[in-house]
Amino acid sequence: MATVDLKDVKKVYPSGVEAVKGVSIAIPDKELCVLVGPSGCGKSTLLRMIAGLETISAGTVAIDGKVVNAIGPTERDIAMVFQNYALYPHMKVYDNMAYGLRNRGTPKDEIDSRVRSTAKVLELSALLDRRPRELSGGQRQRVAMGRAIVRNPKVFLFDEPLSNLDAKLRGQMRVEIKNLQRTLGVTSVYVTHDQLEAMTLADILVVMNAGLVEQTGAPLDIYEKPASIFVASFIGAPPMNLLALTGSSSGPILADGTAIGFAAPGTQAVTLGFRPEDADVTFNAEALPGALVLPAAVEAVEPVGAESFLHCAAAGSRIIVRVSGRATAKPGDQLRVVGKAEKLHWFDQAGKRVD
Amino acid sequence: MIGQSPLRTFIAHAVLILGILIVAFPIYYTFVASTHTLQTILRPPLPLLPGGQLWNNYSEALFGGIGRIGGVSVGQLLLNTTIMALGVAVGKICISILSAYAIVFFRFPLRMTFFWLIFITLMLPVEVRILPTYKVMVDLGMIDTYAGLIIPLIASATATLLFRQFFMTIPGELVEAARVDGAGPWRFFFDILLPLSRTNIAALFVILFIYGWTQYLWPLLVTNSNDMNTIVIALRKMVSFADADTEWHLVMVTAMLAIVPPILVVVLMQRWFVRGLVESEK
Repeated sequence: MATVDLKDVKKVYPSGVEAVKGVSIAIPDKELCVLVGPSGCGKSTLLRMIAGLETISAGTVAIDGKVVNAIGPTERDIAMVFQNYALYPHMKVYDNMAYGLRNRGTPKDEIDSRVRSTAKVLELSALLDRRPRELSGGQRQRVAMGRAIVRNPKVFLFDEPLSNLDAKLRGQMRVEIKNLQRTLGVTSVYVTHDQLEAMTLADILVVMNAGLVEQTGAPLDIYEKPASIFVASFIGAPPMNLLALTGSSSGPILADGTAIGFAAPGTQAVTLGFRPEDADVTFNAEALPGALVLPAAVEAVEPVGAESFLHCAAAGSRIIVRVSGRATAKPGDQLRVVGKAEKLHWFDQAGKRVD
Repeated sequence: MIGQSPLRTFIAHAVLILGILIVAFPIYYTFVASTHTLQTILRPPLPLLPGGQLWNNYSEALFGGIGRIGGVSVGQLLLNTTIMALGVAVGKICISILSAYAIVFFRFPLRMTFFWLIFITLMLPVEVRILPTYKVMVDLGMIDTYAGLIIPLIASATATLLFRQFFMTIPGELVEAARVDGAGPWRFFFDILLPLSRTNIAALFVILFIYGWTQYLWPLLVTNSNDMNTIVIALRKMVSFADADTEWHLVMVTAMLAIVPPILVVVLMQRWFVRGLVESEK
């Protein structure tokens, strides 16, 4: 129905704080773009600029090819789902959903049929006469979704919509949002700080940090090839293990003085990373040529059920290794962590990826 | 209050009952006096039980003896007072909700200056500005008019501040949701803000109605004609300088009648009033 194009968008507050420092994102029609980043990275500000709730200091926001910088949220034909739902407390569910349509002068019978069909999709039909305070958190979330869907807008904007729900409901709603978005085919922008939500929902994932885009791409591409140390440690749980390197003529050396035994892809690499699941542990002392081998001391074991996480001290850092099933290692054990050479990530002085 | 000893319960109740007696007794005594003849009232001690003159006294105060209060019937006085109290309450609520709306939800130059101007008027009691206000009313020809009674009392900071505090608790997301839903400033005000302020408006109405009803100094100044007197002024005028000339039984009846409308307002709006004081509906 619509594309969303951001070109070099900036937000400078009157106080001089630069919240967004020049962001360009192109979201194709019908795709769901997730903006993810730590709090204060400017992702919500960016969303609110797309919505028209914040003025744009520089750059352009275009919806469906039309620059919307100067027009208000009503005329942009967007619908927004807020973190705290922002339902009108004094209106029944029906009126909450109908309000936007009424303001646009939609005929009464059309409002009625649209509200009822949307309520059916969201399983809200039985709740239409309730007020928001008589609903559970999940139901309120649905009403907030319904209020957005019923308008049939060009773009959906989600501002951390699931952060007030408990973990189980969050997982459930996540799937529902994804399905709805796909069925309705509405271009969407979704802001979250939860990397799991980001990974599972996104068609396009945008990782933001300190007002800038760190990386844009398909979620799994970003996971497999993080463009920077920031992305590597933000995406993935538990985060990627990072080890400092010092170079020498014979090859990279870890902080505790052990040589890695093979060459880094470039001379610039000063940080080595590997994901917890890309390593294994062994108690044996056999030689493993071509793999990263780190002598490590187990500090803690976290059994999660299907997998266990070993927290180890190795090469002067703390690293986490995922082993499937129950771990045989116990705290205090000395063992060797073996990283797969093809799954290593290298980063330079500026934190950028080196391939 | 779990595990209270009987003694503590007893003391608590005793204190409460004593408090009620202290508050209620003068009203009861007024009622008792309004049911006796003038002679009984003037000859102490006044009985503590109602007498047999209830019907006579009340009908005389309401329908006879118009001459006593300067040729004005009690009905006219009650009407004047009702108009004034309603005007003050409604006017204050309208003005203050609109100014609070402007101050909280709009960004305009000198916004905080206006806020402080309103705030500072809190520190000026009516008595301080009564002479200039009186002069303005005279110049505008508003002496002996309802407008003259009502308008100077409408401007007040208290209600504005109350609404401001309430509006500031309304989450920003709600305002933004309304904007996204296509509600302009007026629609937002009427569709969202006003319904949410219902309980606050009700509570303020009760307080302001009673405030308007019990005004003494201002109506005294601004009304010369007996037709325009409020009931409180008339009550004062009924008490003449020589004790024997005062028809105390009728004064008491008028006092009782003067109490009834505020009580009605409180009783009828009690549910809203209490809600407005204790609960913010969000």
